[in-house]
Amino acid sequence: MAYVVPRPNLTWKEKIYLPSIVAGLAITIKHLKRMLKGETKVVMQYPEEKWDAHMPEHYRGAPTLVKDEHDRERCVACQLCEFICPPRAITITPEEIPAESKFAKVEKRPKEFEIDMIRCIYCGLCEEVCPEQAIFLRKDYAITGTTRAEMKHDKAKLYELGGVMKGLVHKWNPKK
Amino acid sequence: MSPILFYLFAALTVCFGIAVVANRNPVASALCLVVSFLGLAALFVGLDAYFIAVIQVLVYAGAVMVLFLFIIMLLDLKAETRRKPNLPAYVGGGLVALAFIAQLWLVLERYSAAHQPFPTMWASEGKSIDDVTNVGTTLFSVHNLPFQVIGVLILVATIGVVVLSKRELK
Amino acid sequence: MDYLYSTDFLFLVGTSLAKTIFLIFLVVLPMVSYTVYAERRVSALIQDRVGPNRTGFPLSLIGGKDWSPFLGGLGQPIADAVKFLLKEDFVPAHVNKFYFWIAPTLSMMPAIVTLAVIPFGSTILGVPMVVANINVGVLFMFAISSVSVYGIVLAGWSSNSKYPFLGGIRSTSQMISYELGMGLSAVPVLLIAGSTSLPQIVEYQIHNGWMMLPYSNGHLGWGKTLLWIPIIISFVTFTISMFAETNRLPFDLPESETELVAGYHTEYSSMKFALFFLGEYTAMIAGSALIVVLYLGGYHVPGIPNGDAQGGIPILRHVPGLIWGIVNITAFFAKVAALLFVFIWVRWTLPRFRYDQLMKLGWLYIFEIALVNIFLTAGILACTH
Repeated sequence: MAYVVPRPNLTWKEKIYLPSIVAGLAITIKHLKRMLKGETKVVMQYPEEKWDAHMPEHYRGAPTLVKDEHDRERCVACQLCEFICPPRAITITPEEIPAESKFAKVEKRPKEFEIDMIRCIYCGLCEEVCPEQAIFLRKDYAITGTTRAEMKHDKAKLYELGGVMKGLVHKWNPKK
Repeated sequence: MSPILFYLFAALTVCFGIAVVANRNPVASALCLVVSFLGLAALFVGLDAYFIAVIQVLVYAGAVMVLFLFIIMLLDLKAETRRKPNLPAYVGGGLVALAFIAQLWLVLERYSAAHQPFPTMWASEGKSIDDVTNVGTTLFSVHNLPFQVIGVLILVATIGVVVLSKRELK
Repeated sequence: MDYLYSTDFLFLVGTSLAKTIFLIFLVVLPMVSYTVYAERRVSALIQDRVGPNRTGFPLSLIGGKDWSPFLGGLGQPIADAVKFLLKEDFVPAHVNKFYFWIAPTLSMMPAIVTLAVIPFGSTILGVPMVVANINVGVLFMFAISSVSVYGIVLAGWSSNSKYPFLGGIRSTSQMISYELGMGLSAVPVLLIAGSTSLPQIVEYQIHNGWMMLPYSNGHLGWGKTLLWIPIIISFVTFTISMFAETNRLPFDLPESETELVAGYHTEYSSMKFALFFLGEYTAMIAGSALIVVLYLGGYHVPGIPNGDAQGGIPILRHVPGLIWGIVNITAFFAKVAALLFVFIWVRWTLPRFRYDQLMKLGWLYIFEIALVNIFLTAGILACTH
């Protein structure tokens, strides 16, 4: 059955259209005035104002490496993160820890540990897969650089960003 | 008007007039005609006939030719292919043009106003020639009847167009 | 021929050149670029945003943002210009090269040429502030702005692509339709002022009150009050036609983004696109200037003397005329700027018309109302004189 859409009968005032234009103009100028008086809440002005204080604990920023309380690199160069990384941003070159070292028991450590921040998608899989709790996603989000080389975080940079973290894994600690 | 300017704009008008005929691409022809009209308007300015000059631009260059161009573009006319020169047609066309120039020459020879020098633009500095008023008074006093007749004629044409287009819609 | 070598002629040429350079390079082009900036800022303010507020002086992040949240970003037009100049000027392979190149200039030039007849000030040191004082100023404006349609048509046609072509076609029919309405809307003003010369229309308004403010000369009168009715009708129809003629919202169908990408300048990039942009805004300024001259008293402000220190409040006549000449020019461009704000304000308020509505409005309402209005004005003038 055909359904006839009822057309509204416009009044004379609505037909000449000008009063509604004036009403519209009044609304827009009201917004403009409120903006000028600073009564409207606007977006955060980013580089000057930052949201960092409101960031949640679980924020997934740049991946970093951490050292434990004995200044030992937590990473044992197992390369699990390198294998799981979906965009293949991580490159690890392992090396053996020399026998005279205090941490010789651990056997392996990364000689080089590079994360290409152009490739990184901040998924956090590396953090989840790490058996040693050595890699953490921290709150740094504004990772910038002017060259591709600059955007490759090497071991030193990663430790600098990561710092020291007291973790749950105590298996490498010397027996009391 | 300085004779230099006159010859410049006259040459512009004539050259682009020839280009209208010579061009193979209809859009280019139409645009050449526009430039020709603009040159003609400049010549009217040289005669202190600002009103006529402005109307020339407003009506011919601004409205009529825009519609022409519009139609040409909508019909998507391609550039004419070069045909074999049709000698009798060329000669005939040339003869007609020559006959017209000769006729014009003979008429202007006998017309006394044609022998006076160009009225200079700068001489009219100071006294204002209000050609709008002149055209208006002439139209509504001396040529009142023809003016009204033309008005009715155009009205009839307008109504005719409306009737024709309405019939086609049915 | 003697006149061509006289000092009078050289003086005329010199002052005309000086006026042209002042008008185009010192006033209109900066005004165009800052209108673009104003467009962005005002639209942002109306939509509860901030808008471009970073590019200040010096061109850096520091800008003016810290000392005033609403004055920062004043360097934006310069940044825009640099961007336009540095972008790749891409010419698609399928275009008709000659017309593709000539179209942007054809849309820019008429807009600038129309400025020649605008009286933008009274006099400075006895030189009248109008580049070409011709007796058919209003018609000249209409004639030249009707030529500006060629730029758009050629851009649409030479781009050899469907969106520009549709935009060009729409623009042509729109401009032809609204030219009639605009011309007829202005006729009542010409009837009342008794002249088609723009400086004389301003003179009339100085002596008899502005068209839109008939009592601004301090005299009341029945005839004037009666004439106010057709003038207001004429003002409304003229302004609406002006919006359509300059392709501004709510009549920007030639370049409606939602259906035609960008209309006639879809295929253009870099400085060629910028020329279309500049042409559009220059036409907007020229249109506003025409409205100011016809309805809002031109450079006149009640009580302020003219450039020869004549008229206005007697005590002000002791100040040198040069100062009042400058005040007049400033007043004129202040009025134009206010109208430009209205243009922007309307743009960010009203939605776009549908195409048939646009044509209907132009042919069935504006045209008819303007026509009837002429008879109304003529009747009132015949009765009161």
